[in-house]
Amino acid sequence: MNTFKRKWRSYRRDVKSLLLCLAVWLAAAVTMLALAFIIGYILVKGIPYLTPELFAREYTSKNVSLFPALVNTLSMTVLALLFAVPTGIGAAVYLTEYAGRGSRLVKLVGVTAETLSGIPSIVYGLFGSLFFVKYLGFGLSLLSGALTLAIMILPLVMRTTEEALKSVPDSYREGSFGLGAGKLHTVFSIVLPCAIPGILSGVILGIGRIVGESAALIFTAGTVAEVASGLFASARTLSVHMYVISGEGLYINQTYATAVVLLVLVILINAVSGYAAKRIGGGRGNGEKDR
Amino acid sequence: MRDFKEKGMRLLFFLTACVSVAAVVLICLFLFASGFPAIREIGVFQFLFGTRWKPANNLYGIFPMIVGSVYVTAGALAIGVPVGVLTAVFMAEFVPKRLYKPMKAAVNLMAGIPSVVYGFFGLVVLVPFVRENIGGRGQSCLTASVLLGLMILPTVISVSETSIRAVPRSYYEGGLALGASHERSVFHTVLPAAKGGIFAGIVLGTGRAVGETMAVMMVAGNQAVIPRKITSGVRTLTANIVLEMGYSTDLHREALIATAVVLFVFILLINLSLSFVKRKT
Repeated sequence: MNTFKRKWRSYRRDVKSLLLCLAVWLAAAVTMLALAFIIGYILVKGIPYLTPELFAREYTSKNVSLFPALVNTLSMTVLALLFAVPTGIGAAVYLTEYAGRGSRLVKLVGVTAETLSGIPSIVYGLFGSLFFVKYLGFGLSLLSGALTLAIMILPLVMRTTEEALKSVPDSYREGSFGLGAGKLHTVFSIVLPCAIPGILSGVILGIGRIVGESAALIFTAGTVAEVASGLFASARTLSVHMYVISGEGLYINQTYATAVVLLVLVILINAVSGYAAKRIGGGRGNGEKDR
Repeated sequence: MRDFKEKGMRLLFFLTACVSVAAVVLICLFLFASGFPAIREIGVFQFLFGTRWKPANNLYGIFPMIVGSVYVTAGALAIGVPVGVLTAVFMAEFVPKRLYKPMKAAVNLMAGIPSVVYGFFGLVVLVPFVRENIGGRGQSCLTASVLLGLMILPTVISVSETSIRAVPRSYYEGGLALGASHERSVFHTVLPAAKGGIFAGIVLGTGRAVGETMAVMMVAGNQAVIPRKITSGVRTLTANIVLEMGYSTDLHREALIATAVVLFVFILLINLSLSFVKRKT
């Protein structure tokens, strides 16, 4: 109480400090309240409409089931990761383990990765529709959508893997070489396993982006509301589904409910990535100790 | 045999490293190859500065959309930057210890919410609010700015917070030692030192605002005219593409791709200024 009193007295002498303090607290409150309001509003309006019908096996204009979209989201995510994760990890391995520090390729890839991560999703969507859908002839399909998304999350996976690989102490590599292991063996049995938590956090961030993406998918994967029957079938993911039904205006309650499912997914993904991030901290701690 | 495997895998790693380079080249190639003929046919000046977008009458002027994107982005920055930077200051210098972790998680969550969810929230909450309390039809430049301002907050906050935390503690302590209050030390010594990083956060936020599509489209009204008032509807470059791509053909379609080219060039300029800012600091 005493400190509070003293503080108050100094604030009365120094109004500018008081105002700055108030402004900072106000801004933080605005940010947090806005988030709480968005999430609270969607949950309150949406949860009552989470009916079993909404999860029916087939989509009809009557039940507006989100189940097919949910399945499509899952297959889209798996497929996009299948393309992006090996490529991203391979690229990061080349950049950190093979290319010399400061080589021209490293710089070039750095610049392109930065460019890729700045490109808006609608531009990816257009590119996907020009290249994968038209030029390669994949049509509006799961495959076109997944390839487009794979390019989109590639810089994310590559960057986080690079960081994770860089944080593996050089002594590990030297130890491995000293025991007579080759470069490849060192990469796969020593360096990559140590970097797994970091790689994982990048992958989880990527999953978050895939689940939330809509603009890049409308013109690449299309908007068919059925479980995709194959790689070349058009399929809408949950975000696209939500966009489509919100535009029709008839299904406002179902849109709320769909938003709830999307939010829950995003919250889960965030929680898992938070957990993975904690593991990285732990992993790095162990590394220091071993040294 | 082992040598062969080593060399083969090295080549494979090399190829994967080239994928991102190839992707950028392909994106540029396909966008420019499909967009430039349309720009040439319409005329560069007509296309960029023509104020009428009427595909049915063969009028393809995207100036209203450029203005729309600029207005909405400026509005988003006007809201997102002060709130975002001050929140970052709070998280780096003011936050009670117990609150930090939940707040950080909240900001991360804010970044993860899909843009359709933001858009839908804007549609059911902000649009009616603006319609009833400020006027107009609700779907307006103002609504889009507010929503975008919210959406760029996490970007501005995380980047600014990181750069504020990177300022050496001695700056702050020096301020205190000279008799400045906590607030004055933070705002007069720490913040100026973190200027570069904060600016980088703002530029990143600008990129997000310019490129945002679905959320803006759901609340902006999408009239392809230059807005007269803050409450009039507005159409951004991004919305222009999504709205008409589905049914467009021939020159109309190419004009939309050319719109994406203009958007792409904007983003490249923003990226360029970002690396300039980064190099300077």
